[in-house]
Amino acid sequence: MKVIRSLAVLGLLVAPGGSAKGQSFGPILVNGAGATFPYPIYSKWFDEYHKLHPNIQINYQSVGSGAGIRQLLSGTVDFGASDGPMSDEQLAQAKVKVLHFPTVLGADVPTYNIPGVAQELKFTPEALAGIFLGTITKWNDPAIAGANPGVTLPAKDIVVVHRSDGSGTTYIWTDYLSKVSEGWKKKVGKGTSVNWPVGLGGKGNEGVAGLVKQTPNSLGYVELIYAIQNNLPYGRVRNSAGAFVKADLAGVSAAAAGAAKSMPDDFRVSITNPPGNSVYPIASFTWLLVPASIQDGNKKAVLKEFLRWMLTEGQKYAEPLACARLPREVVEKELKAIAQIH
Amino acid sequence: MATAPIAVRHGHPSRGPRALLQRLRSGDEAAHLITALFAGSVILITSLLVYELWANSVLSRHRFGWSFLFSRVWDPVFEQFGALPFIYGTLVTSAVALLIAVPVGLGAAIFLAELAPPRLSDGLAFVIDLLAAVPSVIYGLMAIFTLVPLLRERVEPGLGALFGFLPLFQGPAYGVGFLAGGLVLAVMVLPFIISVSREMLLAVPGDQREAALALGATRWEATWKVAVPFARAGILGSIFLALARALGETMAVTMVIGNNPQISASLFAPGYSIAAVIANEFSEATGDLYLHALIELGLVLFFLTFILNGLARLLILLTTQRGTAHE
Repeated sequence: MKVIRSLAVLGLLVAPGGSAKGQSFGPILVNGAGATFPYPIYSKWFDEYHKLHPNIQINYQSVGSGAGIRQLLSGTVDFGASDGPMSDEQLAQAKVKVLHFPTVLGADVPTYNIPGVAQELKFTPEALAGIFLGTITKWNDPAIAGANPGVTLPAKDIVVVHRSDGSGTTYIWTDYLSKVSEGWKKKVGKGTSVNWPVGLGGKGNEGVAGLVKQTPNSLGYVELIYAIQNNLPYGRVRNSAGAFVKADLAGVSAAAAGAAKSMPDDFRVSITNPPGNSVYPIASFTWLLVPASIQDGNKKAVLKEFLRWMLTEGQKYAEPLACARLPREVVEKELKAIAQIH
Repeated sequence: MATAPIAVRHGHPSRGPRALLQRLRSGDEAAHLITALFAGSVILITSLLVYELWANSVLSRHRFGWSFLFSRVWDPVFEQFGALPFIYGTLVTSAVALLIAVPVGLGAAIFLAELAPPRLSDGLAFVIDLLAAVPSVIYGLMAIFTLVPLLRERVEPGLGALFGFLPLFQGPAYGVGFLAGGLVLAVMVLPFIISVSREMLLAVPGDQREAALALGATRWEATWKVAVPFARAGILGSIFLALARALGETMAVTMVIGNNPQISASLFAPGYSIAAVIANEFSEATGDLYLHALIELGLVLFFLTFILNGLARLLILLTTQRGTAHE
């Protein structure tokens, strides 16, 4: 029964490819590599997809965005994954055209530890940029205190904590700071690793959270998922509409919906600090990177079908894993873009 | 057993075994050939390693030249790369580690080899070997949860109050930093120093000590003035083994050093080491130049280890030639 079903599925899959004649009906193996941040949801997807199509096995190595892009460019994997979109320079290096497909959304939140302050803090973009640039050094600086009336902030030095390992989390955070602060953009810029003006580096979300938890008067940033799962206190951030928003999955999806209208056709877009009243401003897509032309008919069919499934049914697995799902506008645009794979 | 220190120096013992090797050669060419191949593989692996590091850092070497070694900026966004803060961090943490681990390790080895009852000595030696086998990530975790808070709340403020006039002990106490990195390394390399030094001291022939005692030396004098100098080549060997471990240690260091590429005279300040930055940034390094700069850091670490080991060999050679206790 199972065999017949999988044969039928395979037949359906390879039919649109056209060039599948005479190919064997063995298991189809598709390999991918890249970003670590979306690994939980990706492994869930590939697992669920394998259950639906037992003859299709999608392997994914969470080796990091940079390594994923390199492996894709050198052709050792069938698809890549990255937390930051590929640069024009990298796309120019690619032998085949590479398409970006947003899969889910991630967000960063500021987490802090100030002895004696139990209230939830509010941060303006200017305060966050100033703290991470090292121009705001004390907790009772007017830039912070002004947004937090009624909270008694100590006159202590702020211990800034950032990620030491290259990561998509840092990409989102620095992308946001680059948008809200001209000084940050010129001096530091955005990337998976940057030249931090101040602060201590912690390895991974757990390293940052550990340092913040331990060090009095510290401020760091972690992924929203990590903060939710570990019950870390995190602050509200003022969005471009002037509202102080506490990050949650709905607010992150709202940020993506806000950006959908101005979405470029290649999906390489930063959605930090988007317009909208309820949006949480420090969020980003994470992308699958798929070559526009795939020689192997089986693999092409599998990837196209998987993308379609991921964008529709697959999205329901996002929220239990604390990833924000894609807004409808983006899904529709992506479904059309799948046709570009040939 | 008198040849033991020589074994450290040359890698193969002298007359007896050499004769054995000769017999093997005449008797069994195959054994000779195969073992020579195995030995040759070490050279092959090392040269391949250097070649790969050299070939894959070409972009960075051409762009920055020697200034790579002296630049203090590490900026992946604007593609400016310099190794100096990492070299500094690597050397400082290793130096702190050796400053602490050498006296403690040597003292422990002397006690175990010369003074402790044999049963206690063997038991402790077993525990020490266990310590050497603990994975570094465990040391790192222990350091985060125990050492770092202790440093931040007690040790660093205390040192600052007592010795704050020295630049070494100034600045805010974060807990993480050069001092924390050096202390973790000290704990990690200690077993190597104790274990090897103890073996070396045990290998000192008993008649050396007896002669000293017969001349009226106290037990401590016989240990410190006869046994320790006799074994010094081996003890130095153990220290350089420890140094090599400290230079290359990655995981435990990155967990406590603060990961900030800056050069600061204060041991309280956060720093960064070569191995740590490679481990942290390699997987997410996107640009080619960035990747090549990281690989060049690997090359720098290789040569750093190479130079320090060379100096170590030289030192051992000089001290053993000066010594008279050997054959």
